[in-house]
Amino acid sequence: MLYIFCPHCGSRSQNEFAYGGDATVKRPELNKEISDQDWDNFVYLRKSPRGKHLELWHHISGCRQWIKVERDTSTHEIFKTYKADELTE
Amino acid sequence: MSQDFRLDNIGMVNRNKKISFTFNGKKYFGYEGDTIASALIANGVHLVGRSFKYHRPRGFFGVGVDEPYAILQLERNNERDPNIRATEQEIFEGLEVKSVNCWPSVSFDIGAINNFLKMFFPAGFYYKTFMWPPSFWYKIYEPFIRMAAGFGEASIKHDKERYEHKYEYCDLLITGSGPSGLASAYAAAKNGARVILAEDKPRYGGSLLTSDVNIGNQTGVEWSEKIITELKSMSNVIVKNRSQVFGYYDHNMLVMSERIGDHLPKTQKYLPKQRLWYIRAKEVLISSGSIERPLVFGNNDTPGVMLSSAAKEYMKVYGVLVGKKPLIFTNNDSGYETAIEFKKNGVNPLILDTRKEPSSDIINEAKNLGIEIKFSYVVVAAKGYKKVKSADIAKISDNKKDLSNIENIECDCICVSGFWTPSIHLASQSGNKSEFNEKIDAFIPKKSKQKENTIGSANGKFTLEETINEAFDKGYEVSNKITENNNKVSIPTVVEKKSTDHDKFWCVPLPKGKSYKRFLDFQNDVAVTDIELALREGFRSIEHVKRYTTLGMATDQGKTSNLNGLQLVSDIENKVVPQVGHTTFRPPYTPVSIGAIVGREVGKHSKPTRKSPMHEWHEKNNAVFVDAGVWLRPRYYKQGNETLFEASKREAKNVRKNVGVCDVTTLGKIDVKGPDAAEFLNRVYTNAWLKLPVGKARYGVMLREDGIVMDDGTTTRISENHYHMTTTTAQAANVLSHLEYYLQLVWPELNVNVVSTTEQWAGAAIAGPNSRALLMKLFPNTDVSNEGLPFMGYKEADLFGIPAKIYRISFSGELAYEVNVESDFGNFMWEKIIEVGKEFQIQPYGTEALSTLRIEMGHVAGSELDGRTIPHDASLEGLVSKKKDFIGKRSLSRSAFTKPDREKIVGVVPLDKTTSIPEGSYIVKDPKAKLPNPKLGHVSASCWSVEYDNPFSLAIIKDGKNMIGQKLFAMSPLKNKTIPVEIVSSHYVDPEGKRVRA
Repeated sequence: MLYIFCPHCGSRSQNEFAYGGDATVKRPELNKEISDQDWDNFVYLRKSPRGKHLELWHHISGCRQWIKVERDTSTHEIFKTYKADELTE
Repeated sequence: MSQDFRLDNIGMVNRNKKISFTFNGKKYFGYEGDTIASALIANGVHLVGRSFKYHRPRGFFGVGVDEPYAILQLERNNERDPNIRATEQEIFEGLEVKSVNCWPSVSFDIGAINNFLKMFFPAGFYYKTFMWPPSFWYKIYEPFIRMAAGFGEASIKHDKERYEHKYEYCDLLITGSGPSGLASAYAAAKNGARVILAEDKPRYGGSLLTSDVNIGNQTGVEWSEKIITELKSMSNVIVKNRSQVFGYYDHNMLVMSERIGDHLPKTQKYLPKQRLWYIRAKEVLISSGSIERPLVFGNNDTPGVMLSSAAKEYMKVYGVLVGKKPLIFTNNDSGYETAIEFKKNGVNPLILDTRKEPSSDIINEAKNLGIEIKFSYVVVAAKGYKKVKSADIAKISDNKKDLSNIENIECDCICVSGFWTPSIHLASQSGNKSEFNEKIDAFIPKKSKQKENTIGSANGKFTLEETINEAFDKGYEVSNKITENNNKVSIPTVVEKKSTDHDKFWCVPLPKGKSYKRFLDFQNDVAVTDIELALREGFRSIEHVKRYTTLGMATDQGKTSNLNGLQLVSDIENKVVPQVGHTTFRPPYTPVSIGAIVGREVGKHSKPTRKSPMHEWHEKNNAVFVDAGVWLRPRYYKQGNETLFEASKREAKNVRKNVGVCDVTTLGKIDVKGPDAAEFLNRVYTNAWLKLPVGKARYGVMLREDGIVMDDGTTTRISENHYHMTTTTAQAANVLSHLEYYLQLVWPELNVNVVSTTEQWAGAAIAGPNSRALLMKLFPNTDVSNEGLPFMGYKEADLFGIPAKIYRISFSGELAYEVNVESDFGNFMWEKIIEVGKEFQIQPYGTEALSTLRIEMGHVAGSELDGRTIPHDASLEGLVSKKKDFIGKRSLSRSAFTKPDREKIVGVVPLDKTTSIPEGSYIVKDPKAKLPNPKLGHVSASCWSVEYDNPFSLAIIKDGKNMIGQKLFAMSPLKNKTIPVEIVSSHYVDPEGKRVRA
């Protein structure tokens, strides 16, 4: 079970969090034309990298903040965590 | 009653407390502190089971977790416990155990015929024998395998025992209280670290309990007692015995099972039987020790053949002799320690050493004691069926290939020592890639991946001095990293006998003309020939060989067999062991009971139960409840002998005719506040929200980005920047997360806050033509007329002194209101409604009537919004704004969602107006069409329409819009029904919606 550092609460066990997927996906802006292909990429297509992955976790049984976690998908090593509005490196 | 094999002056069991127990129905006694194994051996019992495949007699092989043989079935306090290791289970008064895998008895076992049919049970016989014909599987093969397989019988009763989970955090977890565990725990604890020291046996000390050593001028036992006593007295240390750390998971999370009540006749009051510890440790020191390796020779599975270290432990810890004419068969010095111990207790052993001319302190001591030793000698085969009676021994040539001088000698046990295998399981589970150490012919941990270090013999250090020095240093070093303290304790001097190198020999060749079975894996009956066969058949990867032959599988997970198996594969393949590699070690290290894994999450504790504030009233009024997620909701209120069908019909009719009241507290409620709240709702919902005036409610539908309907509900503008959102009961939590996602990550510039208020409000839906009349009586000072409080209006009002909120919204399709009060007043509100409503013939109604009412109105709910429907499918396209953008809008223009024959919700009525249509039925054109019959759609919800007194269903079918008026069929293969139906509008009752606006 992972041990995730919540920037708001401190280190907590994984069972307090819900996984939220790739954190680098940006929602297309509202009221803007977008091709079927681009919209499809946004809704469905995700990379499944081996290694570093910036991902979202929701501290659902804690502060209810969405946070960004930089994790190695093969070793589970967590390098850094960020608040939702923090700029990632 | 005397015990023939009990020694008087040695051992740690409590001779003042006799304990009686039964084994296979026969009564025996032992002493407090005995295991089943030690007590039975003391009584001269060695036959305890039958092997898995050939049903060969089984005795005791080890003295702890590695035991492959003595797996018993236990009865304790009327509970059945399978797969108990006799070497671990301590005896208690009245304990009952019996042998497994044998019939009719362990002594005369019919299954032993397999032993003579063994040509039919080669490696992989499961795959070969039970192949064809396929039709035999279900009725013949599977029952046969099920009957033959496995060791114990699980109980089918509910386990009344209590199991607990515990979460713990520490600086340093140390697994094993042998010399390295004790020394490192002591050094770290003295340096201020918070330490947990876990020992799987009842006694602390590990190898110190049985070795003849001296630490700091004390015997090993005295030293370990001193250290444990001091550790126990320290507030920063938790010391646990009977506790096995069995799993090493990510981020230094380890799991340990503590057996609290297993050694007692009955679990103590206020204590669980077992406790599962989830331990998050900053650092871990693995001091799990090592397990002696067997030597492989003919019939080496005969009862009486056992590990030499086990024989020593039975003597030193339990005061029990495993035999009176012992043969020690060894390739290293450890066997000598056992021989010396026998000699000291008045028994003359014979040592067979595979080495030619070894020399060391221990060997000299044995010689000086007058112990007979034969060098370059091996056991060729054990003789005797249910117990060793003699052994064929032989001289072995220097190249270890040829046997000579074969003779038979009498003996009653053969103690084998093939050197030591470090227990690297936990290190390996942590992700540590092990490396093969040529010097000890075994794998040891390599570079740490997580924060762990392996110390002592688990790390291949087999001298005490080295172990103690390393452990003190590591304990200090690791604690210093965490606490930054510098309190270093001095390391005691160690006196031990020097030993010399072991012989790399491990498997005795067969003499000419003999075909003795030489076993590698004792629990699964895997012999040398099985591995040879597997390799001949082309299996190469050790993982495949394992699965094909079952080497190293089952409850002992090959603790004594793995390495010899690898040796054999590498010998045949002409490789070296590191090239072959080893199979993966996975948790658990030892079997863990299902009870411990489940903990307290059983029965109604498996999930929380949420109840509305009116729950007690419902109970008192004969409500029959139904699970709605984790909520309990009244399904119907039973009157007399009413069935569900009768009651729900009565309740629904009463709503249509008079007035009913329904507990709607469970609806999700979310407060949405902030200057940008309107803009936010406008993006979340498919319809327009910017112009909703204060004091008005609006029905809304929200989508996921893929265009699928996520949830629906009404949201009310309470004040300029304050909205009260309702969600369905099931989706409440998901909707909150969804809103938080967009506010925190996508549109952080929006100044809006959301918070769940579900539990803050108690809700009652008052529905029916009499509802306004009732409301006028409940709120005499508030104008609730159609003009004062129109459809979708909202008002705050006073309910007999209690502040209340009235929303004029309707799910039932009738003139209806929802009244909310603070949860604490929920019961007050409910009782007032019932009391005042009497004159209007009010009746409470449950979820079943609620469903009936919404289905015949064609209102959609979870069964239609099932994660596959877009607004169009549920006839909600009128709520989809064409002007503004919102979450998921772009997806709605995808080609699949705009197809002209897209699914749509319709109503379904059986032509005979009497046959109810099962939910889930298919709608088809031709019931006799060839299978697979193309289906148009499915029936999502069914009810008995109280308005028309006939069955009515909702269905979502292809091109539904154009299907209305058609005669089709509803088919339910599950219920074996085919019903001719007519497709009608989904708005079966009051299609113009006049009633809600009345």
